[in-house]
Amino acid sequence: MKPRVFIVDDHALFRSGVRSELGDEVDVVGEADDVEPAIAGIAACLPDVVLLDVHLPGGDGGAVVTAVKAGHPEVRFLALSASDAPEDVIAVIRAGARGYVTKTISSAELVDAVRRVAAGDAVFSPRLAGFVLDAFAAGPPAGAGRPSFDPELDQLTPREREVLRLIARGYTYKEIARELFISAKTVETHVSSVLHKLQLSTRHQLARWATERRLT
Amino acid sequence: MRRQQDDRLAGGVAAGLAARTGFDVTVIRIAFVVATVLSGGFVALLYLLAWLLVPAAGAESNIASKAVTDRRGIALAVGLVSLLIVVLPLASVLHAGLLGSLAWPVLVGTAGLVLIWRNSPADEQAVLRRLAAPLLGLTTSKRRSGLVLRIVAAFVLAAGGVAALASAHENISLLRPLAGVALVISAIAVLLGPWWLRIARDLVVERGARIRAEERADIAAHVHDSVLQTLALIQRRADQPQQVIQLARAQERELRSWLFDGRAPGSIDGTTTFADGVRLIQQEVEAQHGISVEAVIVGDCQLDDNLAALLAAAREATVNAAKWSGASVVSLFAEVEPAEVSLFVRDRGRGFDPAAVPGDRKGLAESVHARMARRGGSATVRSAQGEGTEVSLTMPRAAGERQPSQA
Repeated sequence: MKPRVFIVDDHALFRSGVRSELGDEVDVVGEADDVEPAIAGIAACLPDVVLLDVHLPGGDGGAVVTAVKAGHPEVRFLALSASDAPEDVIAVIRAGARGYVTKTISSAELVDAVRRVAAGDAVFSPRLAGFVLDAFAAGPPAGAGRPSFDPELDQLTPREREVLRLIARGYTYKEIARELFISAKTVETHVSSVLHKLQLSTRHQLARWATERRLT
Repeated sequence: MRRQQDDRLAGGVAAGLAARTGFDVTVIRIAFVVATVLSGGFVALLYLLAWLLVPAAGAESNIASKAVTDRRGIALAVGLVSLLIVVLPLASVLHAGLLGSLAWPVLVGTAGLVLIWRNSPADEQAVLRRLAAPLLGLTTSKRRSGLVLRIVAAFVLAAGGVAALASAHENISLLRPLAGVALVISAIAVLLGPWWLRIARDLVVERGARIRAEERADIAAHVHDSVLQTLALIQRRADQPQQVIQLARAQERELRSWLFDGRAPGSIDGTTTFADGVRLIQQEVEAQHGISVEAVIVGDCQLDDNLAALLAAAREATVNAAKWSGASVVSLFAEVEPAEVSLFVRDRGRGFDPAAVPGDRKGLAESVHARMARRGGSATVRSAQGEGTEVSLTMPRAAGERQPSQA
């Protein structure tokens, strides 16, 4: 079954481009150019996957995710954007998007990413993997911060780090599986677990990391 | 600790210790010699042990790990050491304690040297040969008369000295033993002096040659990165005269500024951080080769000479991917960690067989591998026909400071 896709982007040219690129592989059920129409449109047609631009004229993509998730938690989001500031990307992911890919992605890879998100997996582009490595790299949370509620959520396992590094180097899941002698399913499990940590970690560091970025 | 190749007299152990402890290398060498004499040769054995066990700078394994598989070498060494079984009882029978105490370090040391000789890389064998050749030349020298004269003079001096020493205990005069020691020392100097002089002279000559060779390699790498790359581009864009003129002008400016103002071409002037350097590579390659370069950078740090070399190698690898792979996207991933900086250049183009690259194609061998090796880093290339190419570069870091990247 073809996944039903909704496209949110303020550039009409880009929307039609994606529509034609995805072509017959997916079912594009609707599109919107700003936060308000997107929330209404998504609620009306309940797609499997929403392709969401991180920056919209009336706010950021995170607002759409939060509003839709409140009423329809089953709708899945894939952030699709030109190279953006890491804090905005992380904000959309923390709001509940299941992945982030850059607009330079090839058609085949985009279709693959949509299928993955529709199936409930996480999709990490090299750029997102880099952001996550950076955000979790700063070592143990600083003593000055408030104590973390769940230390498990506040750090990546060595294996997760390895997987993220390979994603950042441009490897596909299949290539990562071959490189690390694990199954593609296990790679997906690691990526999903990283996404989970990214969304739920109360890590002080993560917030501070984003703040530092905004300042610089 | 690593044995230093640049400043070595024999195995580079003293130079390595000097680099590690910060003492002057000459001080350490003198200390070595004094300790060797005082310990009856024992410290010289320690030196050989260090030569065997401490890897050379830039090498991954030590000589000993190769020596354990060298059956003939081990057999020779064991044979030499077993001579001790003959010499030691003989020495005790003859009451020649001196012979016995000298035999130990000499034989074990020779055994160690045999293992080093058989298992060291070619450049270290050359050092050993340089040390040994004049000594062996003592017996095969063409100027026999001079040699005979020297041996005779040394013998007379030594005999006089030994006689003076031997008669010293009968005579109360304190001057006698001193004179004896002086005579014996001058005998040794007459016999071995020319050899020492030659070693010292060869060392100076060899060091000069090595510095010249390294300078030449650096210049070749620079010219390859700039002029040769531009010439290749000009050939490919021969049908676009405007672009050709532009390229030629830019290259002329760059070459002039390098030749006359001392600024390195393609160097990351003006930028002070590593991440800026990576982004500059991204922009330059995208502009010059019309492909997209995706850069993912984790962490950042100040740029130093080593990291500038890493960036130059990365730039070369990226340009290669842009020119030859046929892929439309090249991915760069750079990560700054406390202990090292790594950088990966990957494309999904046609790939090649790294073993089949002709030796005169400088790009990979000189610009990437050698450049990294000269700075203590490493480079590996993974590629297969039709599966694209990945070049991995790592450079160890001196200071462990890490900054967040400014994306």
